[in-house]
Amino acid sequence: MVIGLLLVSTAAGCAKPKVIKVASVSPLSGSQSSMGEAIKLGVQMAVDENKEKFKKLGYDLQFVPQDDQADPKVGVAVAEKLIADKDVLLVVGHLNSNVAIPSSVVYAKDNLTQVSPANTNPAVTDRRLPNVNRICGRDDFQGPWGARYAAETLKAKSVFIIHDKTTYGQGVADEFRKKAEAIGVKVLGFEGITPGEVDFSSVLNQAKVKKPDVIYYGGMYPEAGQLVKQAREKKITAYFMGADGLDDKGLVDIAGKDAVGVVYTTAAGDVTKSDAGKAFAAKYKAKFGKDIGAYSAYGYDSTNIGLLAIEAAIKANNGKKPARLQVSTETRKVRYQGIVGPVSFDDKGDNLSAKIYIFEIKEQKYPGTLVAELAGKP
Amino acid sequence: MHESLAMLPQVLIDGLTLGFVYALVALGYTMVYGVLEFINFAHSEIFMIGAFAGTEALLIMQSSGVLASLPPFVALIIALLFGMAIAGLIAVGMERIAYRPLRGAPRLVPLISAIGVSFFLQDAVRLFEGLWRNAFYLSTPVLYRQTLTFSRVDVPVKTIILVATCLAIMFGLQTFVNRTKLGRALRAVAQDQATASIMGVNVNFIVTLTFLIGGALGGAAGVLFAMQYTLIHPYVGFILGIKAFTAAVFGGIGNIAGAMVGGVVLGLVESLGSAYLGILTHGAFGAEYKDVFAFIILILVLILKPSGLLGETVLEKA
Amino acid sequence: MKTLLGRLGGAWNRVGDRPLAVAGLIAATTVLVAVIPRSVIAFLLFIGSLLTVYYSRLEGRYKLAITVLTLGVVLPGIGTLNPYYLDVAIQVGIYMALALGLNIVVGFAGLLDLGYVAFYATGAYVWAIFGSKQAANFIHGVNFPLSGDWFWLFLFLAVAAAATAGILLGLPVLRLKGDYLAIVTLGFGEIIRIVLNNLDKPVNITNGPNGITPIQSPAIFGYKLGKGIHYYFLVLLILLIIVAVAKRLERSRIGRAWEAIREDEVAAGAMGIPVVRMKLLAFAMGASFAGIMGAVFASKQTFIDPNSFSFMESIGVLAMVILGGMGSIPGALIGATCVVVLQLQVLKSLSDWFSQLRNTGVLNLPAQLEIAKYEKLVFGLVLIVMMIYRPTGLIPAERRKHELEHARGEDVEVPEPTGPAAPSVGTGVPGGDGRGLA
Repeated sequence: MVIGLLLVSTAAGCAKPKVIKVASVSPLSGSQSSMGEAIKLGVQMAVDENKEKFKKLGYDLQFVPQDDQADPKVGVAVAEKLIADKDVLLVVGHLNSNVAIPSSVVYAKDNLTQVSPANTNPAVTDRRLPNVNRICGRDDFQGPWGARYAAETLKAKSVFIIHDKTTYGQGVADEFRKKAEAIGVKVLGFEGITPGEVDFSSVLNQAKVKKPDVIYYGGMYPEAGQLVKQAREKKITAYFMGADGLDDKGLVDIAGKDAVGVVYTTAAGDVTKSDAGKAFAAKYKAKFGKDIGAYSAYGYDSTNIGLLAIEAAIKANNGKKPARLQVSTETRKVRYQGIVGPVSFDDKGDNLSAKIYIFEIKEQKYPGTLVAELAGKP
Repeated sequence: MHESLAMLPQVLIDGLTLGFVYALVALGYTMVYGVLEFINFAHSEIFMIGAFAGTEALLIMQSSGVLASLPPFVALIIALLFGMAIAGLIAVGMERIAYRPLRGAPRLVPLISAIGVSFFLQDAVRLFEGLWRNAFYLSTPVLYRQTLTFSRVDVPVKTIILVATCLAIMFGLQTFVNRTKLGRALRAVAQDQATASIMGVNVNFIVTLTFLIGGALGGAAGVLFAMQYTLIHPYVGFILGIKAFTAAVFGGIGNIAGAMVGGVVLGLVESLGSAYLGILTHGAFGAEYKDVFAFIILILVLILKPSGLLGETVLEKA
Repeated sequence: MKTLLGRLGGAWNRVGDRPLAVAGLIAATTVLVAVIPRSVIAFLLFIGSLLTVYYSRLEGRYKLAITVLTLGVVLPGIGTLNPYYLDVAIQVGIYMALALGLNIVVGFAGLLDLGYVAFYATGAYVWAIFGSKQAANFIHGVNFPLSGDWFWLFLFLAVAAAATAGILLGLPVLRLKGDYLAIVTLGFGEIIRIVLNNLDKPVNITNGPNGITPIQSPAIFGYKLGKGIHYYFLVLLILLIIVAVAKRLERSRIGRAWEAIREDEVAAGAMGIPVVRMKLLAFAMGASFAGIMGAVFASKQTFIDPNSFSFMESIGVLAMVILGGMGSIPGALIGATCVVVLQLQVLKSLSDWFSQLRNTGVLNLPAQLEIAKYEKLVFGLVLIVMMIYRPTGLIPAERRKHELEHARGEDVEVPEPTGPAAPSVGTGVPGGDGRGLA
């Protein structure tokens, strides 16, 4: 261990001047690590593919994966560590909005570019930090589109809303509720649960006696899978809906056959539908030996966008290493056709072409079937 | 209002189910505390390991095709025994490595060690399952799909089995502690280690036995839990363990019947609280307060009767 | 091995009483950190050299001079070279204050508190609510957020609020003993967290799980003190005050009263010590340390949410106290340093190093073996090993050293009936009568 530390110190001590580092920050430990891992590997893939190009420009491109443990405090500490390392020019992360929001304040201190693959909370970009961008959609698109879909396509007259009392889950559930009430769908309940628990019978008992047409869940897939399984066990036949927290293979693993019929909105399209996406999934499988996660392609695209910006900044700088501010300015100008679709940022850093996709799980497998593709504000 | 009354029976049944799980886990805390006066903080992880061991047993039987040919009852017994054995052995090993060297030290010392064990085991299971199955959220194969319906109340068969098994285990434990020679030795050590030792009781053996039994009970609770809720992860024991410990203190720690009463009451409180709080307060407070509910009642009981529901009044040593 | 240790000891004897030698050691490690600013080992050596100041037999004024120089000049200097270290230093400082506060409750008064982080949360939310737009939701007519100049007043309000919470918790639970006290304080901590998480309705006070952001930095006459270096000195100043208070308390009548209560509550009462008042004082003092740092934490972080105040935090602080040595003030400081540096530095660097090795292809490890995923595992092991081999902590409190070692020396099979049966933490249901399995 001591030798290891010494190696770290010497390795870091005599770092070459022309190094550019790309960091991924996502939870690699804890219960959300499978999604965090998917982001990390997406970033790693993009970095590996761009190494040659940057070598020609005279730079050694390095990948530094970081673990934020889905904890805001750890996220901020990692952010401090990253801005201290002047070679880091791009951060791709985080998974959780409540981690991304305080961490991005730290990145903003030195204009370190952050491209978020997965943060859907409105506040991430609504603060108008010049260094913060995201390529996915927003909760205030997802929730309302979900409500409209429930009312218009599922013909729901009433909903029962459950959320996991997190920034993400409650946020998206709130947006769903507002829209549902606005378009005349009756909201029969709005209840919180605790993530990590596996017994949701008491909340479901309420849902059962209130007989809603739709149960909407704002939260992540483990609880969602368990909720739908227990709902069916209690012979609740209402549609089960959720947002992109459900967009994971784990939902089907956990809910089994009860996953059939689940409808979810997501900011992440099914990349395996397009040829580029299929190729990406195959490359990913060949490289890492596992299937892509929901945000793998988003991590990959976010990285590529950031790297394009770095490249543009290097060129504008006559081959010299650009300052962080230059990179973040360039990032806003990037036009990119990614695996997840076209990307270009508005003045807040939101993706102008972000879409909301609605999926229904029609047979017991992930991902579900795309049933609607919606763009713009609902 | 009538629809909220309509769900009452279902709420009570769900509360009872949860309560029996709490009770079984609480027994592990209570056994160790009764004998060693020590909070075995890692007991929640023993529970979790039991759940994983039982689930693994079922998954292995399933993938090898044995499960389909076995009657569910036999599969359940195999899973239970396997879960209990693994959990009991780990509990014994844990005592040997992390607690025994600390016996006699101030009580915070083994408590911190137990917290260390708890962290360690959570990630160790995760590491193992990650390497073994490349996933650490496991779905437990369902053994009993049937549900009995009494007018408007649904009672899954697995729930009946859970409650029956819990009652049988508790009755067995009560008999063992009160009617057998080993049980008498156990009680003697719990009362006074020094005197028990003078009377020829092998204290170390009894302590090991305590951890074995407590661990096996935790393991059994884990298997039954996995069967009931069919989803487990390495962090599943943590919150549940805190509540089960609450239940043990609630009922009077060191008291076997107390653990059962405490567990069931806590389960009911939680279930009722989360079902009715929202209705009673018109949405101002909801199910998210159920843990607060449980803890507040605990605090009240402790203030009014600090030794718990069934605990004996403790005399202050002068 | 023995001779090596002996030689080290000899060398230490020659260095330990020479101010220049100690200063030189610090200077050398400082240079090391300056030359290789990203090296973990250099930073650890630097922290180690600070320790030598404590252990050296220098005269008080030399110790003071070296400490002032190091904390006032050298460490901030390192911090400007690498702001990450400054952040580590600030976090260490905050946790030191928490550990000192919990040390009063657990170490001095012997009351096992598993919900200590609730007081930290109280302080944090006091400033967060008024130092952001949050308060506008329920107070009208005032322009929120309050300016940073108000921060100083709110430091005192945070202390008052946390101390009040401490007394409110203390009043009902004082009759409880040992593990009962532990579970109730644990419950109290959880209640506070859950309430903070849910107080976004019916009136939005805490903004629930979304947390509060942005929170104002402190300011003096409009000059904003929002940089890392400002927080460093703010934390350092508060920490110095807290250390001074803790030291005074330890040696005062109050400190001796706490000790007496810890050892034998009944006897203490019989001797005329106002047991209830003293216990409440312990809760209030411990809570106020956490409260003031909570306010600092909120402004430094610019964002707080209820998850920052989970049960794991309480356990972490408890681990710091235990690691350093119960009842030991330097121990609490060292314990906090070790745990924070371990979490933020050593483990992080190790996992970075492993992933570097894998990326460069030196080692072919499967992805599942990534060490970043198993911080808790390593952390757990460290805790167990510490407890087995050094239960008195890294720096045992002088008065408690004897009793702890005495207890360990006992034959584990046949404990002496009168001795360790009433554990020295003194919180237990006293031995004999209360025990048993029914």
